[in-house]
Amino acid sequence: MKPSISSRVIFGVLAWIAALVMFFPILWMLITAFKTEGQAIAIPPLLIFPPTFESFLAATNNAGYILFAINSVVVSIGSTVLAIAIAFPAAYALAFFPGKRTEFTLMWMLSTKMLPAVGVLMPIYLGLKEAGLLDTRIGLVGIDTLMNLPIVVWMLYSFFKEIPGEILEAARVDGIGPRKQMVHLLLPLSGPGIASTALLSVILSWNEAFWSINVTASRAGTLAAYIARFSAPEGLFWAKLSAASVLAVAPILVFGSLTQRRLVRGLTFGAVK
Amino acid sequence: MSEAITKTGGLRVTGRSRGSRQVNTLPLLLPAVALLLLWSVLPLLRTLFYSFEHYNLMSPPAVLNGGLNYRYLFTDVSTWVAIENSVILVVGVLFASIVFGTLIALLLNNDFPGRNVARLMAIAPFFVMSPVAALIWKNLLLDPVSGLFGWLMMLVGLRPIAWFSTDPMTAVIIIYSWRWIPFATLILLTALQSLDTDQLEAARMDGAHGFARLRYIVLPHLGRPIAIVIMLESIFLLSAFAVIYTTTNGGPGDATTTLTYLIFIKALNDFSIGSASAAGVFAIVLANILAFFLIRAVSKNLQR
Repeated sequence: MKPSISSRVIFGVLAWIAALVMFFPILWMLITAFKTEGQAIAIPPLLIFPPTFESFLAATNNAGYILFAINSVVVSIGSTVLAIAIAFPAAYALAFFPGKRTEFTLMWMLSTKMLPAVGVLMPIYLGLKEAGLLDTRIGLVGIDTLMNLPIVVWMLYSFFKEIPGEILEAARVDGIGPRKQMVHLLLPLSGPGIASTALLSVILSWNEAFWSINVTASRAGTLAAYIARFSAPEGLFWAKLSAASVLAVAPILVFGSLTQRRLVRGLTFGAVK
Repeated sequence: MSEAITKTGGLRVTGRSRGSRQVNTLPLLLPAVALLLLWSVLPLLRTLFYSFEHYNLMSPPAVLNGGLNYRYLFTDVSTWVAIENSVILVVGVLFASIVFGTLIALLLNNDFPGRNVARLMAIAPFFVMSPVAALIWKNLLLDPVSGLFGWLMMLVGLRPIAWFSTDPMTAVIIIYSWRWIPFATLILLTALQSLDTDQLEAARMDGAHGFARLRYIVLPHLGRPIAIVIMLESIFLLSAFAVIYTTTNGGPGDATTTLTYLIFIKALNDFSIGSASAAGVFAIVLANILAFFLIRAVSKNLQR
């Protein structure tokens, strides 16, 4: 008994409506970004208008914006490279040499993610201040690395678990040490897994707002902090703000769409695959 | 699989392999473990220590004042208002995420033209950073004068609502829901794709109707992922910050001041580190209670 054609059409239409409703605010931001400031606040809202790149030019022709965009790139890539470099050997050890404490170690790492950031805001803020790292890229890279480290370990661990242990075992029997095993076997074997892990880490750092807002000011802020502070002059510069926002979310929208299914693993600590 | 490794390894190089294994894994694990220890334990201890001090950055030095910060915390009305606001926010967004997230995931799991594009569109808001999400809604959509929704309401003869002054919490809940419904959709859709289609086919052959299949096969399958979404989202939403910072700053008054936001105000606006830390310890305890259940769920999965 196949579902009737009419019910399939109805459910298909409903699915499209749901998707369009969820996507609409992004679309509206995109449309507004191509308007002039006057058109952006016009009532009734303009749907048909000659698109202009004026707002994109104005938003990016601003030293602050460029600096914050560079900071976003440096911080998200820097923290991702560091997190993977630290997590890779740890995940290798946990996945291929499980011991009595393996499960405890994994669970403890997960539990550090549960710590509400605001609970340690003061010590981290004061610690960075004492170390002279307040409003520096290094400080923010450090925070993002540590913030994502548990997720990165877990995600790599779950990908490593899918690699047959016999391959590494054969190498070990032939006297190949752990360093060579990791570099020459594990790295190429788990390429796609590492790529998705890196992508998730970049997405999380790029979108991270709490620490960026609280421990940076005018020098090391990321785009998330830039846009959060941009909001101050109420209701002004909507088109410019939309253009700046489009540029800030576009790369992550693309990255996220590329690997949405694999991201689930990292986001749920392997509980949903 | 892991057992196979140790067994074959044990056969070839008995004794030595066991010893070398222990020597080998420590340096591999040490950087990650040491850094995470530093990151999680040290600041926690410092927060705990500050919470027993009268310490204001504007008027040092710090002096121990026993449990006074805690007594003020729990007798202060604003603490309870903040807790109530946190609960309203978390429950509101969770309700929307589960109801709409499940519905959208079920719809997107069907076969229809353009399914992949529709999925990407429905999940996209999750990848939009909070400050941007906040400003799209605050300015472009919900603004009573030039926002799209205000105009739509006027079209049907209603007065536009000034959301951020009359009903700010609802507005904040709407914005967070828009970001977190897609998260629920993404997780549940992934879970649905791992559902055994043979079972559904068998049920169909036996004459189970669409609703019966949904009620007795699909929804029970979603039970665990839904529980995981609830726990992950609660932990995140208890720490929700950026949307409130960008739109309402906790106001008007204390209408959208959640526990997280209250601690932020105490810490970086008032610089009263002692009382911010006492509230921080309280937030950590709350989060840990939630985390306990999540870790139990995940750990069950690890053993399978």
